[in-house]
Amino acid sequence: MNAANYLVLAGILFTIGAFGVLVRRNAIIVFMSVEMMLNAANLAFVAAARINATLDGQVAAFFVMVVAAAEVVVGLAIIVTIFRTRKSASIDEASLLKY
Amino acid sequence: MLLTNLMALPLIGAAVVFALPIGRELLAKQIALVVSLATAFGAIYLGLNMSTTDGGLQYVESYQWIPAFGINWSVGVDGISAVLIVMATILVPLVMIAGWNDVENIGQGTVKGYFSLFLVLETFMVGVFAATDLFLFYVFFEAMLIPVYFLIGRFGGPQRAYAAMKFLLYSLVGGLFMLASLIGLYVASGKELGNGTFDFTALAGLNMDPATQKILFLGFFFAFAVKAPMVPFHTWLPDAAAQATPATSTLLVGVLDKVGTFGMIRYLLPIFPDASKYYAPVIIVLAVISIFYGALLAIGQTDLLRLVAFSSVSHFGFIVMGIFVMTSQGLSGSSLYMVNHGFSTGALFIVVGFLMTRRGSKYIADFGGVNKVAPVLAGVVLLAGLSSLALPGMSSFVSEFLVLVGTFAYSKTTAVIATFGIVLAAVYILWMYQRTMTGEPSNEVKETVKEISARELAAVTPLIALIIALGFVPQVALNIINPAVEQVQQYVDVQDEPAAVEGAKA
Amino acid sequence: MISALIGLPLAGATILLLGGRRTNAWGHYLAVLMSASSFFVGVSLFSKMLGLEGEERALHQHLFDWIAVGTFNVPFALHLDQLSIAFVLLITGVGTLIHVYSIGYMEHDENRRKFFAYLNLFVAAMLLLVLANNYLLLYVGWEGVGLASYLLISFWQHKPSAAVAGKKAFVVNRVGDVGLSIAVMLMFVTFGSVTFEGVAEAATKADQQTVTWIGLALLLAACGKSAQFPLQSWLLDAMEGPTPVSALIHAATMVTAGVYLIVRAHAIFDLSETARTAVVVIGAITLLLGAYIGTAKDDIKKGLAGSTMSQIGYMILAAGLGPVGYVFAIFHLLTHGMFKAGLFLGAGSVMHGMHDDVNMRHYGALRGFMKVTYVTFGLGFLAIIGIPPFAGFWSKDEIIHAAFGQSTVIGLATLIGAGVTAFYMTRMMTMTFFGEARWEDGVHPHESSNVMTIPMIVLAFGSVFGGLLMLFVGDIEHWLEPVVGFAKPEHHVSNTTLIPITLAVVLAGASYAWFKYGRRPVPVVAPTEVSLLTRAARADAYGDALNEAVFMRPGQHLTRSLTFFDAKGIDGVVNGLAAGIGGLSARTRKTQTGYARNYAAYMLGGAALIAFILYLVRL
Repeated sequence: MNAANYLVLAGILFTIGAFGVLVRRNAIIVFMSVEMMLNAANLAFVAAARINATLDGQVAAFFVMVVAAAEVVVGLAIIVTIFRTRKSASIDEASLLKY
Repeated sequence: MLLTNLMALPLIGAAVVFALPIGRELLAKQIALVVSLATAFGAIYLGLNMSTTDGGLQYVESYQWIPAFGINWSVGVDGISAVLIVMATILVPLVMIAGWNDVENIGQGTVKGYFSLFLVLETFMVGVFAATDLFLFYVFFEAMLIPVYFLIGRFGGPQRAYAAMKFLLYSLVGGLFMLASLIGLYVASGKELGNGTFDFTALAGLNMDPATQKILFLGFFFAFAVKAPMVPFHTWLPDAAAQATPATSTLLVGVLDKVGTFGMIRYLLPIFPDASKYYAPVIIVLAVISIFYGALLAIGQTDLLRLVAFSSVSHFGFIVMGIFVMTSQGLSGSSLYMVNHGFSTGALFIVVGFLMTRRGSKYIADFGGVNKVAPVLAGVVLLAGLSSLALPGMSSFVSEFLVLVGTFAYSKTTAVIATFGIVLAAVYILWMYQRTMTGEPSNEVKETVKEISARELAAVTPLIALIIALGFVPQVALNIINPAVEQVQQYVDVQDEPAAVEGAKA
Repeated sequence: MISALIGLPLAGATILLLGGRRTNAWGHYLAVLMSASSFFVGVSLFSKMLGLEGEERALHQHLFDWIAVGTFNVPFALHLDQLSIAFVLLITGVGTLIHVYSIGYMEHDENRRKFFAYLNLFVAAMLLLVLANNYLLLYVGWEGVGLASYLLISFWQHKPSAAVAGKKAFVVNRVGDVGLSIAVMLMFVTFGSVTFEGVAEAATKADQQTVTWIGLALLLAACGKSAQFPLQSWLLDAMEGPTPVSALIHAATMVTAGVYLIVRAHAIFDLSETARTAVVVIGAITLLLGAYIGTAKDDIKKGLAGSTMSQIGYMILAAGLGPVGYVFAIFHLLTHGMFKAGLFLGAGSVMHGMHDDVNMRHYGALRGFMKVTYVTFGLGFLAIIGIPPFAGFWSKDEIIHAAFGQSTVIGLATLIGAGVTAFYMTRMMTMTFFGEARWEDGVHPHESSNVMTIPMIVLAFGSVFGGLLMLFVGDIEHWLEPVVGFAKPEHHVSNTTLIPITLAVVLAGASYAWFKYGRRPVPVVAPTEVSLLTRAARADAYGDALNEAVFMRPGQHLTRSLTFFDAKGIDGVVNGLAAGIGGLSARTRKTQTGYARNYAAYMLGGAALIAFILYLVRL
């Protein structure tokens, strides 16, 4: 199987994730979409590593996983706090930080 | 060390005043006054000991500051900067006396803030005239804005925030162009000398090619023209002067604006001689426009402070004209004009301040008949006004006439046109006097306007005495200005034209 | 010694102004004393000069170097010669008399001390004007007297008319001062010197055109100070000042400074035919214009002011005739100083007795009530219209004579002027002292006190004998010759024909006035159904209207539109720029919605844009 197909798949997953971030209101879903974009990137890294026959891409994928894990911790904590104060997980309602 | 000490003294004084506990306002004022008086005496000592033959820098000090860029703490004075330092330091204690009660009732801690800001400003004023390193000059040039910004923004009239911001932005924009030119100058000097330098004497000795000069000149000129202020970069001045307290306005117009004209004579001419000659005709036209524009607008004002501010625009036109005609009479006249204008406009602002504190208004229409209720006060207003219209016998006449004679030697038409400015000066001063001081006083004026107090007299008497004394013995100042002016002429490589008649005796 | 002349009155002014109310009680005596001692110093200097020979009579006193920049070197030095001493004696002599008179005239004024301080200041400035040895120092005195005149015209500042008149005088004078400035600058640039001596020495070497320009600039200065056409309008308004001021400043001394200037600068005028012609023309116009205005004035002081203009016109005209006229210009100036001061003091005395009413239509038949005033005024009247052997006859006759020598047109102008002078002075005399009483109710005319009448009597002596003394005893022609030069006028018309003609014209003018105002009753209210000519004369020949239309109103428009332009134009651009930047940021601020997804979209868009650019660049 051609490794380039994995790149296409990664692109599709990234687009879906980006779409999800932009259109969904529920913080959890947005969050999951972000995870999906991260993992799409991971997939691209791994595929690229395979194509170029180097390990750099795989190393980068590990970094992304670590960052994603840290992000999950902070992100979920924020979402939980917002839900507790507002009884809602809609991110549109948390729009006080504006002009 | 004298110059550095002259800068350190007010700064230390400011710190002491500011550190005083709340509730000791009177002590704060007294300390500030004593410190500024001491500085003034130091400056007068310096002025009296200036050489009357040497046009170079004296009292020179130099310490390394940022060696990587060749920046030094270099200070020194020639005759022109010496007289300006003397003028500035004499004005500071006088405006303190005049503004003694300016801010009493605003709030706690403001009194000492007000007075310590004056002292900080004094440090920078001495510094800006004494700096001989262009970078140091730039630092002082910009640093001066800070105390003035607070002085206007905190202690002024109802629109003070607007005025202070306008003043700051104008000055910063000007300063920005100057910074760009300054860096360009550093690079240019690096090309020619091997290492870049900001040292004035080294820069004045450069042989830059005219094209570079013309570009760099503009950056500096813009900054100085905003500061001076010249039409059309003047609109910050009336706003700032009208919103600040009269004491601040005095220092703002009397001293700060002089930095612009001082910069022209001190930096533009010697460092960019070719560019100065190239742009001189345009600048002289702008100056003549300033003379008439300022005077006509002064006639049209309804607000005393704005009137004085616009009269200054007109006076600065004379000063700039005298500088760029580059004759010895023009240059010496302009240098003396800067000093005289400091005193005469200072006196005008201060007396207008007296009127305002009494009547609670700065509008001409609210006055009238003051002469009847407070003849001495009216007399002082008249004297200050006469000095502003350059009555012969007062110092401003000597300088104005020198400028005109110097201009006449350069271009007869320009001088003849500019001479008609003296008619307009008579109109705006005397019409103002007529509307405020003569006639029958209204009831409000009768109730509120009291005769001048001893403290107020103490603030204006020295100014008027100086104005009259310098009118008859201007040589005191001219003796030390003349050699410095000769030096400037040498830098620019210009000579006075001899008289048209062969063998005329001088 | 010379500096004491100026120093004494200056000290008086300083003490009175700085001393404040403490000096109220004795201030006027001090001022009189200072002025009188200055006069005695002048007399002693005069007698010293009499002991010397012609050329050596000039005395110098170098006080200090005033301004020295480059080659511009102006000393603060005084110069007393035959010309200056004549002025010194006139200024301090008449000045002292008027000081004395003012003690009585200003007795009830609460600001009498200030008045005397200003008078002293004036005397000092006027002396500086005539004693300076260079044009720039003369300028100091020149504007110094302008300042004193301003202060004294608007002495009663609470009256708006007085305040306006003072300002007007100063501003119009400033226009003249522009001329003086330009002249001094031209002198420096051309001759490298501004001293009288230096200019006179170098003048012959300069080119004709420059000399003419200097002459014209000096003429402009003279027009301002001496109220000559076209800068004459301030003098009539200047009558708002107290009458002694009008006598001293606006008749005897200050307004004649223009004549002094021209005579002093004779070195310039000798060389320029054009400048001299201009001077003569201005003099002729003013002498007729002033006399014409004088014919229609009901205000006694304004009538005299018109007459002053006219008489100075004679002097200016004479000065413009060159070496044949300089001496007579000064001669007429001196005699005029005496009789006109006397006339003004007489007018003041009348006003004093008539409750400060200046309208001659309310006078009449005063000769019985104010005998001293009547006699002294009458003697002054005979002097001014030029009846021999009174002072004015000698000086005016010489001028008319010299004018005919120059040109018949100019000569006729002076002759007509003499006739009109006789008309308006006779009109003034009859309306005031003859005819039936037309006083308003409650007015009780009375003679003034001795302190006022004695100066009038002294000046009347001057009116009677001044001309004779100066011409025959003082030999003024030869006295002034070393300074200004003197040439015998060419006599196209002989004296024996001219004097009878002049006298006939004078008598014709006087009798016409007598028939018009002496024989017929004078209406108390000025008739309104009058000819256009009379109307124009009442309106000062529309001088003010012209000034207003040409300078004031356009000036006001210009000022107003510039003020508008400054606020809306220049400041509009500045504030518009600020508002524009503010508006732009207010709009961009709106992109910060607070919605996380908007930020994400911007990020996405940005990333896509960068990717696209990279893609493009790689191609």
